Amino acid sequence: MSGNIKLMQGNEACAEGAIKAGCRFFAGYPITPSSEVAEILARRLPQVGGKFIQMEDEIASMAAVCGASLAGVKSMTATSGPGFSLKQENLGYASFTEIPCVVVNVMRGGPSTGSPTSPAQGDVMQARWGTHGDHPIIVLSCSSVKDMYELTIRSFNLSERFRVPVILLSDEIVAHMRERVDVGALESLEIFNRVKPACPPEEYQPYEASPETDVPPMANFGEGYRYHITGLTHDESGFTTQKPHKVAELHERLHRKIENHKDEIIETRNYYLDDAQIAVFAYGSTARSALRAVREARNRGIKAGLIQPVTIWPFPDDLVHQVASQVDAFIVPEMNLGMMVREVERAAHGQAEVIGQSLVTWELFTPAQVLSKIEEVFNWITSGSTSDSKPSRTSGALAAATE
Amino acid sequence: MVSGIGCSSRAPGYVDFNTLHTTHGRALPFATGIKLAKPEMTVIVVTGDGDATAIGGNHLIHAARRNLDLTVVLFNNSTYGMTSGQYSPTTPTGAFGTTAPYGNAEQPFDICNLAEAAGATYVARGTTYHAKVLPNLIEKAISNKGFSLVETITQCPIYFGRMNKIGNSVEMMKWQKEHAVTKKQAETMSPEELADKFIIGELCHKTKPDYCELYDRIIEKAQASIK
Ligand SMILES: Cc1ncc(C[n+]2csc(CCOP(=O)(O)OP(=O)(O)O)c2C)c(N)n1
Repeated sequence: MSGNIKLMQGNEACAEGAIKAGCRFFAGYPITPSSEVAEILARRLPQVGGKFIQMEDEIASMAAVCGASLAGVKSMTATSGPGFSLKQENLGYASFTEIPCVVVNVMRGGPSTGSPTSPAQGDVMQARWGTHGDHPIIVLSCSSVKDMYELTIRSFNLSERFRVPVILLSDEIVAHMRERVDVGALESLEIFNRVKPACPPEEYQPYEASPETDVPPMANFGEGYRYHITGLTHDESGFTTQKPHKVAELHERLHRKIENHKDEIIETRNYYLDDAQIAVFAYGSTARSALRAVREARNRGIKAGLIQPVTIWPFPDDLVHQVASQVDAFIVPEMNLGMMVREVERAAHGQAEVIGQSLVTWELFTPAQVLSKIEEVFNWITSGSTSDSKPSRTSGALAAATE
Repeated sequence: MVSGIGCSSRAPGYVDFNTLHTTHGRALPFATGIKLAKPEMTVIVVTGDGDATAIGGNHLIHAARRNLDLTVVLFNNSTYGMTSGQYSPTTPTGAFGTTAPYGNAEQPFDICNLAEAAGATYVARGTTYHAKVLPNLIEKAISNKGFSLVETITQCPIYFGRMNKIGNSVEMMKWQKEHAVTKKQAETMSPEELADKFIIGELCHKTKPDYCELYDRIIEKAQASIK
């Protein structure tokens, strides 16, 4: 069913993907480079009977999104760095009380006000650990306009399926560039809606889950199921508890519902890994430059491959571990001072060298920069991989200068 | 029923509705999402003076400005009870708190004036002493189609009463009785006589379109634009 090809901006694709996924509520606060998502949804949502509201800040936006989702309407917000920080407390609330919702974070240079109109990848750890306490979360990463359409839908599906907030990461370049998207071909994407309780209201325990799914069926507010929700530690009844075994039970279940279903959640795009000697691990827009570099390296006789994680949290441990047993080295280019590189190191578990490449000029990686790192690592390996000559993590300025 | 965090915000745990105990100060934006998603639901927000006027102060004025059809019952005990008696935005100047050991240097909000000025269409004040009047005020607040706020003067004998030597619950309620005046009584009193008094009863009731009504018109316009 193709034939509906559109030239779309990344943020526009995100907004349209949200409508396609069934999102009918958006609450947000303007911030570059994500504002177009709000602007487009302010126009589009009422056309399809949904609602848009511009709240007084990002804290309120995240709260309103939670409220609307509890009342049965698929909900989302979109923001960038400073706003993402403000969303953290209520993101934790959504995670702990299991409210499905989607938070789009279009990354810009940080910390603080940073570089509002430039791309960066400095929020990957905040996306995982930004709210306090140990908590479940799913984080996806976009590298194209098509991704912003498709992964917005996937984010909603995952959030409804696992009753968890899903964070969709993009960056200023992906969000603002225009590319062709075959919307027709994406028409048949499946839409998942939260599972409702099968029992009558009197028997409903809002946080009782079957051991197979670990996800409790969800009754929406106002549908006759009266129950309590609190951000305090709670048991199946929804009311607070301090019984040590109940406290632990809740945390273990929340962990399991993601951990035991990683196969369903984790998506990676793997290129040329079969015979690879060097694997590049790159996400977001960096993955596109990396793919070009890997192809060019192959033209020059270097067996390079690429892992592009679409799901960055939970982290694709198993894949990295397996690839590590086969390659000599990983290269991890990222627009920060070395964040996911530590995860690759952890998962590789000493089986392969792991070398980071940082770019903090808040410009995109060029394929040439990644290629020169691949060549440098290749030469190091072929000359015996001595530890005193090990390529170091290239810093941003250096990477730019070696262009 | 939606609440934030505090002693007052534990009230939803005692009623048999859909009840949502949220984060400190944020009950109103959570309630905003619920109301917009399901306008047919009656949404009541229970909150404290700290919850609604300190950390949640911004949300209070904006929810009132939008005239969203929510009813706020605000328990004002002039202190942060849950965290053990620190001064709040409604602690009188000179009163003591665990963070005001020499007396409070700040000036308190008049919550009812604040709500009215921000755009609330129903505002009333009651007390725990005048317990028979309070349900009427809350009922009227719920039936107002727009943003309603009922400030309820409550006692915190453990902290505010003890630190300010007002005494136990009974004595604190006696204090409420002696310091509350009706609007009518106030009209005949001099500013000096009114200085340490507060007015109870309905303080403001007006008609303005509520947010959902206005937004429904937006939906109509938007849908007409694509026909
Ligand atoms: C973000 C955040 N900051 C601080 C607290 C600690 N805290 C809990 S309740 C409270 C004050 C509550 O005061 P008030 O709303 O007046 O309610 P009361 O307990 O007096 O009824 C504070 C500061 C918190 N829970 N969350």
